[in-house]
Amino acid sequence: MALSEAEITPQRYLQAQTRWHPSEIAFWLATLLPYVLFPNYLALASQIAIAALFALSLDLILGYAGIVSLGHAAFFGIGAYTAGLVSKHGWGEPLTGLAIAALAAGIVGYATSFVICRFRHLALIMLTLGFGLLLGELANSAGWLTGGMDGLQGIHMWKLGGYFHFDLFGKTAYSYALAILFVLFLFARRLIHSPFGLTLRGIRENFVRMPAIGAPSHSHIRTIYTIAAAIAGIAGALLAQTTETVSLDSLGFERSAEVVVILVLGGPGKLYGGLVGAMVFMVARDRFSGIEPQYWYFWIGILLVGVVLFLPNGILGGIMHLTSRWRRS
Amino acid sequence: MLPPVFGVLFDGLAYGMLLFLLSVGQSVTLGMMNFINLAHCSFGMLGGYITVMLMSRYGWPFFATLPCAFIVGALVSVGFERTIFRRLYRASELDQVLLTIGVVFMSVAVAAYIFGTDQQPLQLPAYLRSSLTFLGLRFAVYRLILIVVALAITLALVLGLEYTRFGARVRAAVDNERMARGLGIDVDRAFAITFALGSGLAGLGGALAIEIVGLDPSFAFTYLIYVLIVVSVGGLGSISGSFVAAVVLGVSDIAGKYYIPQLGAFLIYLVMISLLMWRPLGLLGRR
Amino acid sequence: MRGPALSTRGLAKSFGSLVVARDIAIELPRGVRYALIGPNGAGKTTLINLMTGMLRSDAGRIFLDDEDITQLAPEQRVRRGLVRTYQINSLFPHLTALESVTLAVCERRRVAGTWWRQLAAYREEIGEAYEILSALTLGPVCHRPTRELAYGQQRLLEIALALATRPKVLLLDEPAAGVPREESKELFAAIAGLSREITVLFIEHDMDIVFRFATRVIVMVGGRVLVEGPPQEVAADPQVRAVYFGKAMGKSDGLRRESVP
Repeated sequence: MALSEAEITPQRYLQAQTRWHPSEIAFWLATLLPYVLFPNYLALASQIAIAALFALSLDLILGYAGIVSLGHAAFFGIGAYTAGLVSKHGWGEPLTGLAIAALAAGIVGYATSFVICRFRHLALIMLTLGFGLLLGELANSAGWLTGGMDGLQGIHMWKLGGYFHFDLFGKTAYSYALAILFVLFLFARRLIHSPFGLTLRGIRENFVRMPAIGAPSHSHIRTIYTIAAAIAGIAGALLAQTTETVSLDSLGFERSAEVVVILVLGGPGKLYGGLVGAMVFMVARDRFSGIEPQYWYFWIGILLVGVVLFLPNGILGGIMHLTSRWRRS
Repeated sequence: MLPPVFGVLFDGLAYGMLLFLLSVGQSVTLGMMNFINLAHCSFGMLGGYITVMLMSRYGWPFFATLPCAFIVGALVSVGFERTIFRRLYRASELDQVLLTIGVVFMSVAVAAYIFGTDQQPLQLPAYLRSSLTFLGLRFAVYRLILIVVALAITLALVLGLEYTRFGARVRAAVDNERMARGLGIDVDRAFAITFALGSGLAGLGGALAIEIVGLDPSFAFTYLIYVLIVVSVGGLGSISGSFVAAVVLGVSDIAGKYYIPQLGAFLIYLVMISLLMWRPLGLLGRR
Repeated sequence: MRGPALSTRGLAKSFGSLVVARDIAIELPRGVRYALIGPNGAGKTTLINLMTGMLRSDAGRIFLDDEDITQLAPEQRVRRGLVRTYQINSLFPHLTALESVTLAVCERRRVAGTWWRQLAAYREEIGEAYEILSALTLGPVCHRPTRELAYGQQRLLEIALALATRPKVLLLDEPAAGVPREESKELFAAIAGLSREITVLFIEHDMDIVFRFATRVIVMVGGRVLVEGPPQEVAADPQVRAVYFGKAMGKSDGLRRESVP
């Protein structure tokens, strides 16, 4: 049922863009495959889901608002440690633990957003890097709280919903992580298709022009930064709850760099980029986990150089480019 | 009797000189072309490994290896610049960050593959490992020489910038790249030479650093962070800014480790964040 | 009689020893079309930057409808109706024309921060954006990304963005810059068609256009206002002729006398 362009009002046109594309539905159906095809790899699958959620949170600020952060793992780590500490000190209910972790990460995100929104370019990159490193040092020194190098011990989660306990096969863990990922994905999708999502893209496309159309950019940036921090915190909390450990690397520079790589690999600003990137990256890492770390670093390096030079919009960008060319011919 | 604080200041100054050598190239090239090169310390690391290799495998004396560290750092960097980096001068910051981090990863992997992950031993001649005693405090001869060499290089840089034609072109390009091009200055060539010079200095710094902080493949990362701090605090394109920032950072780091060791690097990051918030363009930056 | 739409008093700005604006005092009465002319480097764009708040002035005050806006941030001045366009397009490359203008409308209506409803549900805002674009002949291309539009269309989009904020005073920085002659006539016809409620100040180099569309002209030289008045007077002013023609008085077609509509 194709109406000519003249008959479609602008509103209907914009509405049509928010419809679920068949490939999206296929994607989410595919996330159910691990139960059937890879039942022994459900632990890896939950790791992928958690990494995907983390990358999604970064996409909101980097892909959509154009804020380059090299310290996003700070919020991941805050969420992880908060959830871990809450459980360690007696409250092991998973969902409320998630909520508390989100709140903690969101508050810190809100506080730092006041600084973040005022800077651009190199200063912004350095500030995010600095905050991340600072938090890492704090976590290291506060061994009495975080367990320092040994990590947080004594986390024990109660049954999810009072019924599902976190079993050894990781079935509950994967279902849990996947469900949370999906819910938050729906939230992000709605946000992107709202006026606020348009505003974020405006900020990314032309930051200087925004005040000239009356936009309070700083306020917008603070909002999205806080939301992204809270979601990253949830991802960290998921990790803490499903693995029942938290260590310093949950907020280290490596994790901040890794999530940037994942997002860029998949393609920023496309909502699914982080998810696709997480799948590819984590599976690759699992495959190559046997080899020496230096080889891993080498291939990551080549990957980065290659993506920047030849795949500027990541895997998804490359796919979209190919499909549009195929459609034209 | 000199109180120990002078010893701390001396060590801090020496460390700061080292950081300056490692950072000055980065600051000027960032100021000229706004190109974020995170692989800068990889060239430093390369210089260090060249020195180690020449000394341990070919028996070269230490001071003879230093010019080699400089030259190799310069040449290899030009190779990268001409082939890969120059495609990204107009690219986004994120792309520059990602590409150059990729190069860092590769360099770390290659270094680990060739040299292993252990600290590289360095056998300096006896006179370099000795120390002078002055007013009751011991001052390492090596650090003294480091300070002198770095100051001499700083002087050469500043004079060169002020009084040579090339220096004038560099200053023009840092101030206003478009206008400099409009005036007929070959900014690309000036940039390539500056880039080589800066990377060469980094290589020299890497070689000189071995005795003070050691050398292993993680050098490229660890000192990258310090370099970025020096550059963003000191101001892009400013030699004097880098100098001041490097000294401040060096002294703060050494003093922090001496007086409040449990704070670790916390102080450094806090200082950087505070300074950046106060002066986002750096203490003496122009852009 | 209401006061002027926009006025400045003693506006000044220097960069070190370079004085870019010197004691600028102008008054723009409501609804008037003002042309701002002057040689390159006279400080015309600087004046717009000062008025909109992109540049902080060293001294002087700016009044919008009797309100002192000197201390307000740029987006606050936009909210009060002082809007500008850019000489070099400053648009959103990957957003479609419709999205760009809708964004501006949403910001004006203060709904740009809402995330719980879909954009498509904001029918009024989208409708208004579409109307603005249609009035500027951009209706058919409204779903194309900005970077795919022709240059002339992009210049029109610049103006559409400004109109979406419902300006009271519109500052146009060389609106026809880079646009071929035939298209620029269209563009200015669109500007001429703007409501008389809006006060327009445009920077222009083409004297034809100045004579056709401006009711008054301000001439700036070296950061100062040299002369101000109706186009014929300004054209006849000896100071202005000296600035523009110097010794070469051979060509007089630059400052033709022509009646203004």
